Amino acid sequence: MKIGVVTFPGSLDDVDARRAVALGGAEPVALWHGDHDLRGVDAVVLPGGFSYGDYLRCGAIARFAPVMTEVVTAARGGMPVLGICNGFQILCESHLLPGALIRNDHRKFGCLDQRISIENNATAWTSAYAAGQELTIVLKNGEGSYVADQHTLDLLEGEGRVVARYAGANPNGSQRAIAGVTNEAGNVVGLMPHPEHAVEDLCGPGTDGLGFFASVVAALQAA
Amino acid sequence: MPETSTLAHLDTVANAATDPGHEQPWAELGLKADEYARIREILGRRPTSSELAMYSVMWSEHCSYKSSKVHLKQFSELADQLAQEGRTGKLLAGIGENAGVIDIGQGYAVTFKVESHNHPSYVEPYQGAATGVGGIVRDILAMGARPVAVMDPLRFGPLDAPDTHRVLPGIVAGVGGYGNCLGLPNIGGEAVFDETYLGNPLVNALCVGVLRHEDLHLAKASGVGNQVILYGARTGGDGIGGVSVLASETFDSTGPAKRPSVQVGDPFMEKLLIECTLELFAAGIVAGIQDLGGAGLSCATSELASAGDGGMHVELDRVPLRDSSLAPEEILMSESQERMMAVVEPDDVAAFLAICEKWEVDATVIGEVTDGDRLQIDWHGERVVDVPPRSVAHDGPTYQRPFARPDSQDVLQADGAETLPPPSSADELRDTLLRLVASPNLCDKSWITDQYDRYVQGNTVLAQPSDSGMIRVDDDTNLGVAVSTDCNGRFALLDPYAGAQLALAESYRNVSTGGATPLAISDCLNFGSPEDPAVMWQFAEACRGLKDACLELGIPVTGGNVSLYNQTGETAILPTPVVAVLGVIEDVTRRTPTGFPAAGQQVLLLGETREELSGSEWAHVVHGHLGGTPPRVDLAAERGLSELLVEATGVLSSAHDLSDGGLAQALAESCLRNGVGVRVELAGDPFVELFSESAGRVLVTVDGPDDEERLFDLAAEHGVPITSLGQTRGDSLSVTGLFDVPLEELRTAWTVTLPAALA
Repeated sequence: MKIGVVTFPGSLDDVDARRAVALGGAEPVALWHGDHDLRGVDAVVLPGGFSYGDYLRCGAIARFAPVMTEVVTAARGGMPVLGICNGFQILCESHLLPGALIRNDHRKFGCLDQRISIENNATAWTSAYAAGQELTIVLKNGEGSYVADQHTLDLLEGEGRVVARYAGANPNGSQRAIAGVTNEAGNVVGLMPHPEHAVEDLCGPGTDGLGFFASVVAALQAA
Repeated sequence: MPETSTLAHLDTVANAATDPGHEQPWAELGLKADEYARIREILGRRPTSSELAMYSVMWSEHCSYKSSKVHLKQFSELADQLAQEGRTGKLLAGIGENAGVIDIGQGYAVTFKVESHNHPSYVEPYQGAATGVGGIVRDILAMGARPVAVMDPLRFGPLDAPDTHRVLPGIVAGVGGYGNCLGLPNIGGEAVFDETYLGNPLVNALCVGVLRHEDLHLAKASGVGNQVILYGARTGGDGIGGVSVLASETFDSTGPAKRPSVQVGDPFMEKLLIECTLELFAAGIVAGIQDLGGAGLSCATSELASAGDGGMHVELDRVPLRDSSLAPEEILMSESQERMMAVVEPDDVAAFLAICEKWEVDATVIGEVTDGDRLQIDWHGERVVDVPPRSVAHDGPTYQRPFARPDSQDVLQADGAETLPPPSSADELRDTLLRLVASPNLCDKSWITDQYDRYVQGNTVLAQPSDSGMIRVDDDTNLGVAVSTDCNGRFALLDPYAGAQLALAESYRNVSTGGATPLAISDCLNFGSPEDPAVMWQFAEACRGLKDACLELGIPVTGGNVSLYNQTGETAILPTPVVAVLGVIEDVTRRTPTGFPAAGQQVLLLGETREELSGSEWAHVVHGHLGGTPPRVDLAAERGLSELLVEATGVLSSAHDLSDGGLAQALAESCLRNGVGVRVELAGDPFVELFSESAGRVLVTVDGPDDEERLFDLAAEHGVPITSLGQTRGDSLSVTGLFDVPLEELRTAWTVTLPAALA
């Protein structure tokens, strides 16, 4: 079971994501933005960070990286893909997921231990959780406010494609407190909070994030 | 091609020899008449305008430490003495390198350093603070280390002052904006408010890096024929400052008239530079390396050349520029950020350039190491610099600034806070506690620290508001390091010798509360004008105090930074010798957390409480008073306490240092960390017990009688006084027979201050 973690120029949580993949029971494989090559992996994580300095618009340049051509093709073919924070922004820019992430409503970077609830546990990345389960994982971003037009929001709600929602006070002004969404097939998930920072009791707020990685391992084993 | 007008006006070495009487703007560049005369003496002719620019910036206070070095010398002597006596671990690199490097075992070494970026941060808070982080990170990188964490000790004017509302949000956003984008966890620091910092905030930045012993790199250019490569960002007109005086004097250039003297940072470029540089180290193709910070190319070329065994020849017109109108003087002085200089063997140049290309980092060969002993720089084939590099980098002036204890010191010290009226009832004690926890210096700082990423890299074991920040170094063995920065400037004003020692003692204690053994210190000495003998006396006393304390505690100063001229008009800042202590912990899973973990635990106080209220937060907040003498320093007691704390990891369920605000504040913070109440009983005068700021004290908890007995045994063994205070329980902070504060009321008081003021 191999899970690739893409490193773009400016990726920051790539090492952390590889550690989380290993703790989740899969073999992490480093993927390079400039290669047209997924190196035979079974799933892909687009990690957090500031790809290309977040210049122009978060994720807007990374979307054109050679590796993204392969990721988009594989995702449309059903490969599980998880975009975390900047990775979520890249997935939106790549049109694998609807909507966009804009500046937090309080206009500051925020790093918090955030409670979220799992709204859809039928995706490749959330099957290890119970529907409605509350988790505490790290949220850290400057541009994490999820927006989409009303029609899209209604569609997402209607099709159960809101994967996770912020519990308690809305930390960044996201519409309908959306913390993560999925595509129609449920294999591509974008998540603003960082499950890879909640995989060890020692270095984060507990281990609530491990389930995302355990879920995909289970999904791949079942496939 | 350069414009003909530029070349026609080029001040070459040949010109300088044939036109000795040419008037030069040395005074505008900050040089004194005798310094200019000395440059002429060194060169045997007048300097060219490029040489004058180099000397002026390298001989500045910031680069040459000309006022401070006679006092700093004792830190090098201290390190030598401790090493000779076998009292310290191996220093792989000490003072004089970009940053000191300390062996932490298992083949690992760490390097850390704290630096100031005070004045730029007042002028342009965001960029000033951002580039402060960027600069210290490159210093650490240049030692061959991967940067693993940053910290930021900050000082501001009063929280309610309008200018603080301009300065603080910008500085915090700048620290976060740059550090977050580099993927470096920010694990601690300070935010202190005092009137004296209103026109002169302090932005100190600390970085910690980790390396394997064999990866240590030093800044030197050796090996004739080795190539000098400049890589990273292009050179622009930012940060040139006084040198543009010279450029505009020498050239009738039509370029931009006014250049900003604050540098502008690009953290994305720095992130690429970090990854690129680490890959270059791993490939084993870096013979010498230096970052470009203050004084830019002037500093990098002269320091690399003077540390090597030959000379250096540079073709300055090869430097990639952002602004093609820059003159050679400006290129030499530019402080454009995110640049590094490496010395590379000719056979490795192709591999070097290939790695830079992979990371999309510009790299250009601009010169080579020569067999002479001169630093020679050409501009389009014309020689504009021909100097002995050491004379630029190290032979700057040394001042024996006069210093004298001011007469006013006696008056200040005679006016102790112990005579001020204390709270006279239980209700007043309760109100005092709530007023203090809500005061700017003691309130919750998460409005600031939540703007920093503390989790990235996945190795953060402890971060603010814990007493120290702690980072796991090795995933398999759980080896880790802890760092704390501290300074109480009020104590340093009352007695700079004792104040510096108290800063060290607090930082040393904070590292120990987490369970780490203190190994080394780095300091950032922020003071007023060295031309004021009273300020110079504060500086000299602080240095002497630090050195004496380090000798007694057996830990070396491995590097640091001096920032002088921190004052507004005639008013100097509080003397602020910020001391960073780094410690090592063999197994981070055994660290002791801050904050009461659960109800039902025994609460105890380690150390002795005396009636010491001068310089305290209570005197400051309640009476607006500053006078008397600071708390007594007992370094033997601090060492015993530290050894106890390290040995007691696994016995202690939590530990929290007592410092600003005394026991009351430590109890409040310990309760609020995990929402666990406490009931304590105080034996002596409750006001003194709650608000005295005696040093050498730590609030601890143990779970159950076995651990409590073990702790009493350890305390006896280390000669540490120990007092049972009570038990964790309920939903309030309660002092038997006096008062009870529900945690919700306490939390509201503690958390509301910063958001309300800065909204």
